[in-house]
Amino acid sequence: MAHFDENAKPFSNKWLDERIGLNTLKRVLNTEYWIPKNINFLWAMGMVLAATFGILLVSGIMLLMYYKPDTNLAFDSVNYTIMSEVGYGWLWRHVHAVGASIVFLIIYIHMFTGIYYGSYKRGRELIWLSGMGLFVAFSAEAFSGYMLPWGQMSYWAGMVITNLFSLGSLDVTGLVEWIRGDYVPGDAYLTRFFMLHVMLIPLAIIGLIVLHFGTLRLPHVNNQESEEIDFEESAALWKAGKRKESKVIPFSPVFLSKDVFVMGVYFILFFYLVFYNFEFAMDPVNFDPADGLKTPTHIYPEWYFLWSYEILRPFSKDIGLIAFGVAQAAMFFLPFIDRSPNVAPAHKRGLFQIWFWVLLIDMITLTAMGKLPPTNPTFATIGLIAAVLFLAMGPILFIITMFEKKIEKGA
Amino acid sequence: MQEEKKGRRDFMGKALGAWVAVGGIGALYAMKRTWDPLPSVKAAGFTTIDLADAQPNQLVVEKWRGKPIFVLKKSADMKKDPRDVVVGDDHFLIAIGLCTHLGCIPAYVGAEHKFKCACHGGEFNASGEVLKSPPPSPLVIPPFTIDGTKLVLGEAGPEFKKLKDAGLIA
Repeated sequence: MAHFDENAKPFSNKWLDERIGLNTLKRVLNTEYWIPKNINFLWAMGMVLAATFGILLVSGIMLLMYYKPDTNLAFDSVNYTIMSEVGYGWLWRHVHAVGASIVFLIIYIHMFTGIYYGSYKRGRELIWLSGMGLFVAFSAEAFSGYMLPWGQMSYWAGMVITNLFSLGSLDVTGLVEWIRGDYVPGDAYLTRFFMLHVMLIPLAIIGLIVLHFGTLRLPHVNNQESEEIDFEESAALWKAGKRKESKVIPFSPVFLSKDVFVMGVYFILFFYLVFYNFEFAMDPVNFDPADGLKTPTHIYPEWYFLWSYEILRPFSKDIGLIAFGVAQAAMFFLPFIDRSPNVAPAHKRGLFQIWFWVLLIDMITLTAMGKLPPTNPTFATIGLIAAVLFLAMGPILFIITMFEKKIEKGA
Repeated sequence: MQEEKKGRRDFMGKALGAWVAVGGIGALYAMKRTWDPLPSVKAAGFTTIDLADAQPNQLVVEKWRGKPIFVLKKSADMKKDPRDVVVGDDHFLIAIGLCTHLGCIPAYVGAEHKFKCACHGGEFNASGEVLKSPPPSPLVIPPFTIDGTKLVLGEAGPEFKKLKDAGLIA
């Protein structure tokens, strides 16, 4: 057996270090986890997301005490019990709804930051892939959570989304009924999506967050110039007291204090929305109880799914489904579609910079068109063009990055 | 000796792997079955409608597997159609009352003998055929069987199969 100091006080630093390697942990995860100095507030989005996830978890646990996953009870347990009987129940619900919506805004900012600065490129592919895994898991979490109040939008969104699994003309109704546990969304459906929402998907998310952090540890965080930093050299400078000359700072406490500042600003906005403008996260149609014999006149998803909805909608059933599937999967392959060896911010990469802004504007256009009813022919045409453009962006990226001029180091 | 040990360890490793795989597959099957619709849900998947009470040109909406079912007895002045369900001398439209476009429930306008969908402007005639797009196909006929004047939904009877074989049902 290893030697343990008999004089170490229980739970003192030394006592813990001998038992769980506390000092090693602190060194690897905090004091000697080096972060480049040359970054901006966009690099704080990761911790902002972690904090938002924490808030969703806490508010979710509170809601869980009174929510009832039963088609007869669910609607009232949310809209009556939690909203007007439970002390501060309204707070948890509004925090949860606003958090679920805003978390996607931050995810999109986080993703586009990564695309702009080339943070998915050589050495960082696994960060991108685990991040995309998180995006899918968060999407599933958002959808399953949307079912729980069992209002009209819950029911009909559930109907439409699970219908996608009939795979168009292949008409695999057996699979759809298997997913639902019923011919239409019913009690079995609600309870299993409740299970997914509060147990299986959150577990997957927590696992993926650990993986995402893990994939980041060795390649280190990217920086504004995508400069290849000699971390050992810079770390030695920092440790020798030459903090000004060093290109890096320790994650904790130095970088974390910057993160906390950005979080502070973010949470002012967040709680402003929670207390004064929560309606944007609560669709009025969902305040009607679910009714399988009455379709709402206009079914649309929450804002963060509109861009993919608009890729599904302008085409005929089967082509739309294929386009939708391709669009969902394509993002995963970004590190492999981009053929250029340059790890550089978009503004140094010629055509890639144009590609980046076109992608961003195209996704915003798809989002806007997805919200409008499909009956207006002008908007339907704009939506169709934007959807086709989105699908073309992958091959376009492949070609333009093949011919991208190699940036010489030190240039 | 070393080689022999390695071979033995490999074999034990594979045997353990195979054994665990059998258990794993069994567990996956059990999970699949747990997700299946319950027998009670499946048993509730049949709806019986008595067609004897139906009045001509008056739409009756029944419920089958959570979906609205249109039952429309045709009056003498309404066009007959090969998709009609015939009971005795009476012709009926039997269809799932969901627009084939995006699943809204069309309303019946008796005076015009038309179904009109408020969502995106689709129209169907009294036989469920599309008069005005966007719906891509006629109203869907659910599996049915005829028992005297009673119609049982959820079971594919000979009349349903005949329509299906004739290519009148997708």
